[in-house]
Amino acid sequence: MKYSPFSQEVALGLLASLREEKGPVLMALQLMQKEFGYVDKACVELIANFFNKSRADVHGVLTFYHDLRTTPPTEHQISICVAEACQAVGARSLEKEVKAKFANETHDAYCFGNCALGPAAMVDGKIIGRATLAKIEVARQ
Amino acid sequence: MIIYIPGDSAALSVGADEVAAAIARLAPTATIVRNGSRGALWLETLVEVQTPYGRIAYGPVTPEDVSSLFDADFLNGGEHILSLGKTDQIKWLANQDRVTFARVGVIDPLSLNNYRAHGGLLGLMNALELSSDEIISEVTDSGLRGRGGAAFPAGIKWRTAAQAASDQKYICCNADEGDSGTFADRMLIEGDPFTLIEGMTIAGIAVGATQGIVYLRSEYPYAIATLQKAIDIARADSWLGKSVLGSAHSFDIQIRVGAGSYVCGEETAMLESIEGKRGVVRAKPPLPAIEGLFGKPTIINNVLTLATVPMILAEGAADYKARGVGRSLGTQVFQLAGNIACGGIVETAFGITLNELINTYGGGTLTKRPLRAVQIGGPLGAYFSTDQFETSMDYESLIAAGGMLGHGGIVVFDDTVDLAVQAKFAMEFCAIESCGKCTPCRIGSTRGAETIDLIIQGVRVDENKKLLLELCEVMTDGSLCAMGGLTPMPVKSAMINFPSDFTGAAR
Repeated sequence: MKYSPFSQEVALGLLASLREEKGPVLMALQLMQKEFGYVDKACVELIANFFNKSRADVHGVLTFYHDLRTTPPTEHQISICVAEACQAVGARSLEKEVKAKFANETHDAYCFGNCALGPAAMVDGKIIGRATLAKIEVARQ
Repeated sequence: MIIYIPGDSAALSVGADEVAAAIARLAPTATIVRNGSRGALWLETLVEVQTPYGRIAYGPVTPEDVSSLFDADFLNGGEHILSLGKTDQIKWLANQDRVTFARVGVIDPLSLNNYRAHGGLLGLMNALELSSDEIISEVTDSGLRGRGGAAFPAGIKWRTAAQAASDQKYICCNADEGDSGTFADRMLIEGDPFTLIEGMTIAGIAVGATQGIVYLRSEYPYAIATLQKAIDIARADSWLGKSVLGSAHSFDIQIRVGAGSYVCGEETAMLESIEGKRGVVRAKPPLPAIEGLFGKPTIINNVLTLATVPMILAEGAADYKARGVGRSLGTQVFQLAGNIACGGIVETAFGITLNELINTYGGGTLTKRPLRAVQIGGPLGAYFSTDQFETSMDYESLIAAGGMLGHGGIVVFDDTVDLAVQAKFAMEFCAIESCGKCTPCRIGSTRGAETIDLIIQGVRVDENKKLLLELCEVMTDGSLCAMGGLTPMPVKSAMINFPSDFTGAAR
């Protein structure tokens, strides 16, 4: 996935699009991550100032949610569902296999709502059912 | 020539886009409709062809099967090894009672004409002729209870919000379907999003709310895209906006996307998250129906609850409550998941047995190994053994059996499962996802996982089992919300129903 490099100017332009929203902090962080691939540490102060919140408010939200990241993502992103329904069809061994090969870019996830066709995985935003290492490698290309 | 190829993400996960591309290459003039899924997920990709004598199904189709389907003249319903006959005569589907899911998989999810042709908007048009009180009475009379898991009577919640005086009220749809083994909300949104929009509009008119919000989890990118398109179409068609279908009512809907937090499916944590804050649960009271989002009266209902309302307003409360047993009225959208041969959506009246669902519909395990355990109702639900297979699937019977229906997900495990490991996972999951507000949940979950680990290792097993049960009691009685309060349910049910896994001896 392609992201633009962090720029304060771009960030402020994006924040302006949320001016009319009620309770905008989480949306703002999500928007930063969508644009830049992660939430740059400079964003905390930008968002706090823009929406008249404290930096602690913004930092608190940033650190609460699993989706939000503060470092740039790897080129590929693999998420393996390790919740119960996928565990029942071998998600734990798939997780080990995939992490052995793509340790840096693989994350645990809890449920993609594909629980009848597990194990489920998400590779660069594309959903994979009956996932195997081979299928994940193909999707990753 | 119309060919239906599901665009549902379960179908996409096994190659529906590739199948669609291969078919489009060989039949360039055919109309390909990307419908939702019929819910028979082991048959995905399920391709249907419209013929003069009905829709004919083929599945599971892979891209490699496509050329042989053309050789068999499937466009005219020709015989092929993947032929399933007429779709509406596939026994697995024909035996169901689809109410909430009546249109899912049947229609083009983003065609309003198609939606209207299949009974869409009848409920809303009826509601526009009724008073607020009459709409709420209809919902109350139907016996509809919250399908998210708490099973609270929808009509009573609506009445409370309707009676609260305020300049602004909200309808919040909880689409944070985080329970493993559940996917009905996702499939409804991807397969028939207008039904949800219609249900929310009716709720808005009933309680006097002009703003709807769908809190939709980020793990469902396809559902987010479909629902956003549907909202845009409904706005362009003068359904959503200042004047709902030309009436004096105003109603609009916004999607707020979650950020990977399970506890935000808890209704008050969800409100905090929509307000842009950490998803920390609120103490109740005040009830959200009186003081909810931004402090205003707020209806919070699950996707399935809201999506059932249009059917009730279209067909009448009596028709809906004629189904079901006891105080569990209407239909439940069960989801068969995990290690199951024929997984997917089974919508049927409450009162079907677990055995019928797992064996008659589900066809047993996927691995063909003996079935050992099923977890009902998500990560906070109980583990049942095969001895309990005659349990009636309704709210009260499941509580009596030591479990809960939750959101209707059923996860099947074969005989390789170790219930002590599953119990430990329940505690670990709670530790990861706890919002941290109350101590029993925040600390108890970590101590629980450690204690189960000692039992697994055979360390002072009896003593640690006793300690674990005490900890469970503290969590059940002392937690603010269902996250900490119900995590003991999978743990205790595993200990009670599968005692041989908690002896400390290696399995």
